[in-house]
Amino acid sequence: MDALVLTVILTSVPLILAATGELIAEKSGVLNLGVEGMMLMGAVAAFAVTSLSGNPYFGMIAAACAGGITAGVFAIFALGLATNQVATGLALTIFGAGLSGLIGAPYVGGTIDGLTVIVVPFLSDLPVLGGLFFKLDLLAYLSILMLGLVGFFLNNTRAGLILRAVGNNHDSAHALGYSVLRVRCVAVIFGGVMAGLAGAYLPLVLTPHWSEGMTAGRGWIALALVVFASWMPSRILIGALLFGGITIMQLVGQARGWEMPSQFLSMLPYLATIAVLVLISRNRNFALMRAPAHLGRIFIGTK
Amino acid sequence: MTRPHAATSLKTPPVLNAVGLTKSFGDFRANDAVSFSIQPGEIHALLGENGAGKSTFVKLVYGLLQPDEGQIFWQGQPVNISGPLQARQLGIGMVFQHFSLFESLSVAENIQLALPAGENLAALSDRIRDMSDRYGLAIDPDAYIHNLSVGQQQRVEVMRCLLQNPSLLIMDEPTSVLTLQETDQLFSVLRQFADSGMAVLFISHKLDEIRALTSRATVLRRGRNVGTVDTKKNNNRQLAELMVGRKIADVTRQSAPDQSKAVCVIKNLQRPKPTAFAVTLKDISFTANAGEILAIAGIAGNGQDEIMAALSGEWRPPSADIILLDGQDISHLGPAARRRVGLGVVPEERNGHAAIPSMSLSDNALLTSHSLGKAVQHGVIDGAATKAIAAEVIDKFDVRVPSDDPMAASLSGGNLQKFVVGREIIKSPRLLVVAQPTWGVDVGAAVSIRKSMLDLAARGSAVIMISQDLEEVFAIAHKIAVLHGGCLSDVMLASKVTAEQVGILMGGGADIEGASA
Repeated sequence: MDALVLTVILTSVPLILAATGELIAEKSGVLNLGVEGMMLMGAVAAFAVTSLSGNPYFGMIAAACAGGITAGVFAIFALGLATNQVATGLALTIFGAGLSGLIGAPYVGGTIDGLTVIVVPFLSDLPVLGGLFFKLDLLAYLSILMLGLVGFFLNNTRAGLILRAVGNNHDSAHALGYSVLRVRCVAVIFGGVMAGLAGAYLPLVLTPHWSEGMTAGRGWIALALVVFASWMPSRILIGALLFGGITIMQLVGQARGWEMPSQFLSMLPYLATIAVLVLISRNRNFALMRAPAHLGRIFIGTK
Repeated sequence: MTRPHAATSLKTPPVLNAVGLTKSFGDFRANDAVSFSIQPGEIHALLGENGAGKSTFVKLVYGLLQPDEGQIFWQGQPVNISGPLQARQLGIGMVFQHFSLFESLSVAENIQLALPAGENLAALSDRIRDMSDRYGLAIDPDAYIHNLSVGQQQRVEVMRCLLQNPSLLIMDEPTSVLTLQETDQLFSVLRQFADSGMAVLFISHKLDEIRALTSRATVLRRGRNVGTVDTKKNNNRQLAELMVGRKIADVTRQSAPDQSKAVCVIKNLQRPKPTAFAVTLKDISFTANAGEILAIAGIAGNGQDEIMAALSGEWRPPSADIILLDGQDISHLGPAARRRVGLGVVPEERNGHAAIPSMSLSDNALLTSHSLGKAVQHGVIDGAATKAIAAEVIDKFDVRVPSDDPMAASLSGGNLQKFVVGREIIKSPRLLVVAQPTWGVDVGAAVSIRKSMLDLAARGSAVIMISQDLEEVFAIAHKIAVLHGGCLSDVMLASKVTAEQVGILMGGGADIEGASA
């Protein structure tokens, strides 16, 4: 049973990482649909660098850089050149999928040694909890830490307030003298770094090999999580764990030969996550209030 | 009522002295060598028609735009104001025409964003409460902006500026959304600050207010400064004529016909609020008669949008016999069907609701006349006919267009407003419903729009005018009803009530005895 719960936690880590990054980008008013592409770039960078250097931590850093650079490309177009964010984000996903396939071609079939478990002294000796929460890898600890930090940043710091202000009304923020594009650029690149790390988690922890399109739609789930979580970090955690839980449940179910078409079982995590999050956010006004009002709107400053 | 500081002002250096500011957009000179100065403690008005260059000028001063030529002197020193941040550091505060508040943030957070870093939210909240008490502003620092009325939001804007202790406060049409009482309160706060040495640059289209608040006014016309005048020594008409540079005709209503026929009857209109930010309509009943202009006065956000949607057919009541036009039940009819039976509608928002900015005027003319069957034959648009309709509106309503059949977006606000009002009036509708007909429109355009509405009524149509501009309501309406919190007052004869009484009703006061019509 412990092993099962642990798998659930590990499955949800990439979702938490990617969704945390996208949360920041969206709170600043940028809708980056390229999460899937940025995750794939992170995954391939992590795998390639780890297999070349033998050190998964180098792979992790490479993944963060790859995600950040991919997001930088998005920022140049969507912010610098004021292109449509939806179209640019979709293009980024297609671009990331293609480029990662190209870079990863020589590595198909190879394996690497991924991130090792870091045991937290003392705490890991706790019954049940110790084994579940304090014998994880660096990225898993980081995902929870970042989620908490982002929550604190948004609600308790001036920089967080400015970020929310820019996403809420970029014209007002501009009129007050804040640089809308600079804030958004930083937010988008942070989102890219987090997506890159989320991608890295797949080859470094979950399955120690590379295959084309290995993120399998997790980027899209992360995007959906942000919206259905009403842009609240705590709900992202709930949604990610839920998705991870049902993913594992249906795998176990298939292994035990449940009397159900496997396609339906594979569908379950997506259906259940969205259904539950829709139910939580059924209060439309609450969701509207949390939503960044200028999400996806193009900003062109006065000259 | 000259301000003491203004009287002694010649000895002290001006707070702000702008010399020969020029700013062009392409071939268009928005500001042409504008010079202007303001003394400490002075309340100075900036007057001009739409497009005269007032907004451009204040944007230059606030650093949102950079001048092509000219120099700004701040307290005697030459400065280049590179952005709003620097303007605020110098001591320039600005209250914008369109609010620059953040809807989903609290009052304190909104104010914190405009102040230098370092003060925590709790200390700031105390300062806000303190100032709120001292000036009777009644602002709760923990409230969220989207829960506040327009007047309260305005006070937050003003307070946000005042907490920065500016030496110069610029206010761009701050009173267009306020009730009379709120305006008075704002003015008294401004006077207190001016007495302590703060200069105020005040922009408004409302000449009564300008004459009440300011002692001097600088008039801009087509980007040029055409002179600074004493506001106490000029009446409204003189000021208006200075702005437009020509004589202005009078608009006065004739008395309504004694025995008039009901054109539109609304019976017990109710509507639960569709969104959190909307208003519930509570049991609204009234009658609009032929030959009359009925004004529905009230501050924006008290149910105007909801009434408008119910009248235009964008929202339809669930039961029958709620809205009658010439005795026919039109409750269930959609907007196009209602137009076919004689309804004309001019919504408040010109761009995007009344007209589509990226479409030509002829296409925009087609949008409200297609159901009349003239411009469309067997599903095919008759281009010549639509152009003819647009040309007729342009000609009859003096719409100034930059080119032949231009895009709606290329017209200035006042001209587009003349077009969208004219487009409806030219069809001689039985009932014209028009919201804020002269909002943000200059004196000359406002006069011609009001005149065309009076002419329509004189031809036997009924006009329902939703407006929050009391000057306008009393200038042309025969009857007045006040909308507050989704409730409509009794319909009153305009000749039997005063602006003050209506102002009190708009703020939620009790009904007035003996004025019912």
